[in-house]
Amino acid sequence: MKKVMMGNHALSYGAMLSRAQVIAAYPITPQTQVVELLSEMCADKTLNAKFIKVESEHSAMAACIGASITGARTFTATSAQGLALMHELLHWASGGRLPVVMGNINRSMAPGWSIWTDQNDSLSERDTGWMQFYCASNQEVLDTVIQAFKVSETLAIPSMVILDAFTLSHTYEVVDIPDKAKVDEYLPPFKPPYRLTPDDPHAFNGLTSPEHYFELRYKLQKDMEKVPALIEETGREYEKLFGRYLGLVDDYLCDDAEIILVTSGTAGYTARVAVDELRGSGVKAGNLRMKVFRPFPFEVVQRILKRAKKVAVVDRNISYGHHGIFAQEVKSALYGQAGDIPVFGFIAGLGGRDITPASFREVVDYTLSHDIPEDNILWIGVKK
Amino acid sequence: MIEIRFHGRGGQGTVVASKILADALAQEGNYVQAYPEFGVERRGAPVFSFIRIDNKPIYDKSRIYTPDHVVVVDPTLVEAIDITDGLKDGGWIIINSDKHPSEFKFPARFKVATVNATGIAVKNKLGTLAAPIVNTAVAGAVVKILNLAKLESLLQAIGDAISIKPEDNKKAAAEAYEQAAASA
Repeated sequence: MKKVMMGNHALSYGAMLSRAQVIAAYPITPQTQVVELLSEMCADKTLNAKFIKVESEHSAMAACIGASITGARTFTATSAQGLALMHELLHWASGGRLPVVMGNINRSMAPGWSIWTDQNDSLSERDTGWMQFYCASNQEVLDTVIQAFKVSETLAIPSMVILDAFTLSHTYEVVDIPDKAKVDEYLPPFKPPYRLTPDDPHAFNGLTSPEHYFELRYKLQKDMEKVPALIEETGREYEKLFGRYLGLVDDYLCDDAEIILVTSGTAGYTARVAVDELRGSGVKAGNLRMKVFRPFPFEVVQRILKRAKKVAVVDRNISYGHHGIFAQEVKSALYGQAGDIPVFGFIAGLGGRDITPASFREVVDYTLSHDIPEDNILWIGVKK
Repeated sequence: MIEIRFHGRGGQGTVVASKILADALAQEGNYVQAYPEFGVERRGAPVFSFIRIDNKPIYDKSRIYTPDHVVVVDPTLVEAIDITDGLKDGGWIIINSDKHPSEFKFPARFKVATVNATGIAVKNKLGTLAAPIVNTAVAGAVVKILNLAKLESLLQAIGDAISIKPEDNKKAAAEAYEQAAASA
């Protein structure tokens, strides 16, 4: 069934169709609408879940961890400062190998106080051991929640499904709502091998001496390394049932491209418009939209980018004192690869400033007219 | 692709008008993208909402700067702000007003249409006399003037989306569809 819905509600529908059993959240704009709809679904029994109201985001994630450890499928959502307040517990969820799925609406960190989009909130949580999926449409948001539960529960690693504030969160698009019975077929009930239950008592996450801790982290990394293949496999399975493939990246006209844009989020869709225009004027441009950021899909990025003469990464984020964060990762992926392809790192759209097709034309104009970048950061649309 | 900008004031249901229109267009198999002004809404202050319509997937997620048409939900905005900002030549200006389109003085490169959505809303007892809910009537006029969708699709969308007085809202939309008057 097709329905016009906003991105926030695409998250809610994803959680409902996944039959989340426990939802704990504290309201923060714009995710408030995510849990508002979920609370209504719980009230009218569209969704048979326990809805837990809490007093902070820290408590929201704590409640999710408590629920997940008992073997419940668990969902929450947050944004910006709310995600930052969860930071301590993000480690607890991943270290405890709990497959919580969380929606995060990318909103710029305060101060100055902002309700508009950039990626610094979620990218600040890069090293917490969570998978990160960056979405470009409300359809992708809904589909990815369902896939994220499957991948998370298979490998016992939590996931963040990420969307831009306003540009997706409050934007209405046509979304095809998958058939519930087919979702059940795709995503069977969560049955963890170990869980907290009075019938079979165990202690979880206790004091771990240097004798054992190292191995726990080694295993988390080894399982993270299994994620890319699993995403491709579960993405194909999803395609078979619902007609939409959910992969690691969305590569557009990259096969013969001389210059490849590397993008993420909704800007990764706007970039396609610019690529079409550039192709029309004879420039062989392509767009590699990064869907999965953690784990970083090294192999597919290397395979696609090594065909290009130049790579232009457009980041809606910054690592202060370094460069844009996707640019760092792309450079690291290309290190030691044949050809020594120059990587141009652009930063655009911080604090919700619009990224337009013209922004990408500026990026491409600069990249084509320079052999190498003049600086580690090339700014688009900043008032210097 | 068609891009439309709606002008209203906070609390008038301007966003709902574009959402209902999106529902109706989606029912007819179009791709749509509707969004509010990216910011905080204050009751009574000028607000915007936007809609993109195409027969293929819409990848452009940037904001609309040069709309094909504008819709003015609150007629006092015609004097208050430049509602033609960025409007493309040949574009329609559809105004909720009891005046005849010829009474508005816009450059000749724009086309003007009016509908007395406020009168229709009051007649159908939508909202209060002081704050009538005009969005369904406005949507009826937009569908007619721009020939975007069948009236039946709009009425279906209103029935699906509006839980308070759905029949009266449908009546208002249908009346506005009949009454919308164009200058060109």
